[in-house]
Amino acid sequence: MTGWLGPEEWQAVALSLKVAIWATILSLPFAIFVSHALARWDFRGKQIANGVVHLPLILPPVVTGYLLLLIFGVTGPGGRLLDALGLGIAFQWTGAALAAAIMGFPLMVRAIRQSIEAVDQRLEDAAATLGASRLQIFATVTLPLALPGVLTGTILGFAKAMGEFGATITFVSNIPGQTQTLPSAIYSFLQVPGGETAAMRLVIISIIIAMAALILSEVFARRIKNRMEGA
Amino acid sequence: MTPPALSVHLRQALANFTLAVDFNAPAGLTVLFGASGSGKTSVIDAVAGLSRAAMGRVALGDQVLMDSKLGLHLPTHQRQLGYIFQDARLFPHMSVERNLDYARWVTRAPKDRVAFDRVVDMLGIGPLLLRRPNRLSGGEKQRVAIGRALLARPKLILADEPLAALDDARKSEILPYFERLRDESDVPILYVTHAATEVARLATTVVALDAGQVIRQGTAAEVLGDPSFAPGGDRAMGAVIEARVRTHHDDGLTELDAGGLPLLLPHVAQSPGDRLRLRIAAQDVILSKTRPEGMSALNILPGTIADIRMGDGPGAVVSLDTAAGRVLARLTKRSVHSLELRQGSDVFAVVKSVAVAPGDVGGPAR
Repeated sequence: MTGWLGPEEWQAVALSLKVAIWATILSLPFAIFVSHALARWDFRGKQIANGVVHLPLILPPVVTGYLLLLIFGVTGPGGRLLDALGLGIAFQWTGAALAAAIMGFPLMVRAIRQSIEAVDQRLEDAAATLGASRLQIFATVTLPLALPGVLTGTILGFAKAMGEFGATITFVSNIPGQTQTLPSAIYSFLQVPGGETAAMRLVIISIIIAMAALILSEVFARRIKNRMEGA
Repeated sequence: MTPPALSVHLRQALANFTLAVDFNAPAGLTVLFGASGSGKTSVIDAVAGLSRAAMGRVALGDQVLMDSKLGLHLPTHQRQLGYIFQDARLFPHMSVERNLDYARWVTRAPKDRVAFDRVVDMLGIGPLLLRRPNRLSGGEKQRVAIGRALLARPKLILADEPLAALDDARKSEILPYFERLRDESDVPILYVTHAATEVARLATTVVALDAGQVIRQGTAAEVLGDPSFAPGGDRAMGAVIEARVRTHHDDGLTELDAGGLPLLLPHVAQSPGDRLRLRIAAQDVILSKTRPEGMSALNILPGTIADIRMGDGPGAVVSLDTAAGRVLARLTKRSVHSLELRQGSDVFAVVKSVAVAPGDVGGPAR
């Protein structure tokens, strides 16, 4: 692989995978929690919470990136707090992961929330009559039955994290080896004369990763479906 | 030790009427009987804690399940129920075995292989254990659902129209299991239905609901033998009597002894000496002032008229005290007049043996 890809290109691919995987893994539990709350609970300010979750989907990514910069930048309140904890994220790959996670979050929540809403609440009632607490019902009935949607949400979130550009470049800039993800690298190559071939190689890799993710989720979804229908 | 009875006192404003229900369900099987929309489901949901809409008090012995005055509402999962739903509600992502084991698993109770095997054997679901619910027939699903409820070690069994979604053949497959539950388990069973035949066959106690009110309460024989009680209309009316199997005849008929009177009906599965319950539909009974002769009907029960209730239309319902118990007959007002029937008249009730439908023949009565 490294023979075909230049070191800078390879770096961008590896960094993007790292950023996307961390963004996905860390946001998934929150996405499941928020999806369940929005699907099943009634609480004050539910509409506002729903709006905030979806904001990154509707705002221009540059705006989201700038807001992140204001909050988590070196002088922002969140940034200073993280710095004090030794977890500075401004202009680091962890910042790129945060931006990717936030941009992918609404996509995850939409898919997971829908699949939780589709779980038959009568099955949850049945579990309660059999002695299951709310947490147990969620873990043993709701979540397993919503698994196909959780999977879809994870893939969507991952794909979004791989492709995130606007918020990332605004928040953590475009530093090779630090914050230069696949899309930023493609953008950079297109800015220099003769960079088209390198850009094209990265485009092909993007397509391969996206297709692999889709096929993988399809395989898992089918396996889950088969398991549900049973032998 | 007598097992604790369920006591229910509920008030709830529903769309078309106010639910106001007070009753006790002692050990045995209490049928909550009424047409759809009479408030049965609101009652059972409040008992299960699945709905918090009703005011009042529900207690099992001295354990309070809910008391709206005290603001007390035990969560469903702490009520130790076994709830059998109309639609089985098996977990589709678990095998039959894991469905059956679910209650033990979530309550972290120790494995009890003996209890598990006993329930599996009783319901005949051993061959299904490794299957997924989606691959089961309606009757199989319902048997698994019964097993799952029993293995929750319930202190109270709830059943909400558990047979309504099944065809007649599956109904008669499942009914005997509820009879066994009634006879062998010592926890109260609250059983919701709108089917008079299930009442006749299963009920120890009947609580009849209409528009949110309890309109009758008593034993099955008392309630169904009451001619003024016809929630399913006069056509659905029928008395319940108890009998003992005397002998099986070679021609396929079984002879029963009902309070000393012989009754013949098509072969039943019970052995001589076994007791069973019969439901005699009021419209299958003919009355005669003299002992009929030269008739094809086989069963003739002499009795005395206890009551005649004239209906709004051309029909009338005559209740008759016989040695076998209370029997209802549905005839026209014209016949009542032309036979000069009145309270105290001695008459003969003629029941065609085939009129006692097999679906209405119950297992051993309590």
